Amino acid sequence: MNPSSSGPGSRGPADTDVVVEARAPWSGIVPAGSTLHIVDLGGNQAVDCLFYLAADTSERYSAPETIVWQGSVFLTTGSVLRSDTGRPLLTVVEDQVGRHDTIGGACSKESNTLRYGHHTRHQHACVDNFLAEGARWGLGKRDLVSNINWYMNVPVEDSGALGIVDGISAPGLAVTLRAHEDVLTLVSNCPQVNNPCNGFEPTPVRIAIGTA
Amino acid sequence: MTGTSEPPTDAHHAGGTDTPEGARAHARAQAGADAEHQPTLPATDYDPVPPGVDASALVWAERVAPGGYTHRVVRAGTTLRLTDLDGDACAHLLLYRDGQPWERLNVADTVKVQWNAYLGVGQLLLSDQGRVLASILTDTSGHHDTLCGTTSRMRNEARYGSGSPHGPSPAGRELFLLAAAKHGLGRSDLPPSISFFKGVRIEPDTGALIWTGSVAGSSFVELRAELDLLVLVANTAHPVDPRPTWSCGTLEVLAWPGTPTTTGEWPATIGPEAERAFRNNEEDLAARGAFRPTAGAGTVTP
Repeated sequence: MNPSSSGPGSRGPADTDVVVEARAPWSGIVPAGSTLHIVDLGGNQAVDCLFYLAADTSERYSAPETIVWQGSVFLTTGSVLRSDTGRPLLTVVEDQVGRHDTIGGACSKESNTLRYGHHTRHQHACVDNFLAEGARWGLGKRDLVSNINWYMNVPVEDSGALGIVDGISAPGLAVTLRAHEDVLTLVSNCPQVNNPCNGFEPTPVRIAIGTA
Repeated sequence: MTGTSEPPTDAHHAGGTDTPEGARAHARAQAGADAEHQPTLPATDYDPVPPGVDASALVWAERVAPGGYTHRVVRAGTTLRLTDLDGDACAHLLLYRDGQPWERLNVADTVKVQWNAYLGVGQLLLSDQGRVLASILTDTSGHHDTLCGTTSRMRNEARYGSGSPHGPSPAGRELFLLAAAKHGLGRSDLPPSISFFKGVRIEPDTGALIWTGSVAGSSFVELRAELDLLVLVANTAHPVDPRPTWSCGTLEVLAWPGTPTTTGEWPATIGPEAERAFRNNEEDLAARGAFRPTAGAGTVTP
């Protein structure tokens, strides 16, 4: 892949400002030094997100590296999102929500059969969004790993009990990141309707890439 | 030998190593030596065998060095027993479906589907395809981790001065890269891993990592392969081990054959999610002709 190209999945380079419809994927390259701005337009809409080094997509966001270096499982202002080599990919420069999830991963048709039953087998899911959008950049199934869930609330209790529970976001709240490298960004605007991660009704989100 | 240093004196045996014949004799004279860390072949010769383990059934017996790794394909039903012999091993584990390694351990699904972040007896290690790769049969440690993955070269260099596989403080990811490569896999095939024998907990309000370390003395976990698996194991210090000096103990790996968990043999305490995961295994195997479902057996909890 040519990192200087806008790429097949991009909706435009540094001046991108789009509304990603409910249930849909999006991808684009955030150039080094630029910001990625994500707005929860309808409130409590999980935005599943993966990052890859544009110059070599075999280097990608790592939830464990990110968690270990910052010593916490929650993401908020100041969090450095790291690749599997430990390299900083982006930093959260503004968070209007308070915390975002690193643990829950993406919903899939397959995991839906476990969590809710086989009647959900043919419902749309984030992994399908990642696969469809990733394929436009030459990425495949082995390139998918534990992702970030912006706006998703996953508390962990003393017993280890965890779950996707009612969100703490609200309409219009945003998170802004600054890229340290040219970063390919994959987004799934989560289509899940069987848990509270989208308030049981998926809604659009706004994504903007800027230089501010 | 390509080094410039003097060869060890025991190389200067009768005949020397300046001819192929002499070098061969020298090489062959080394056989039979014992190393503290090595596989035992055949595995049935492993000694000492822990109480309760049938030496005659062993198909894999190995002592993995601190900073070492190992890997093996095991058949469905195999019990894999990992033992922290001296209280300081840390077994980082990755599992793949043998023959289709794009189906592999998914830590996020493992904790999310089972509604719990901490590993213990009765919990399943799930693939990204909604199937059970392995089930945890026994656990005498209780100090494990699903969140922190393994170590990276960059972080080990920052903490210890080195993270290379040949150095004194190998990073787990470097070890996994080597183990994976020997099965035709590369860096894109390395998802987040889990680890046994070093505990991490989460502070509920802040999400902070809380280090709980090891239990004292020897402890072990037993996993049952529920499908044919490729197993990768790296034995190296945990990424949030607070000690300033890299430290790791010997890991013992034992395995013996058996049968996978089958319909109706699920533990009484199993949750509906786990039931459906075993159902997904059986569905896959049935279509391959490798499993015949019994009508009405093991009805899935609604």
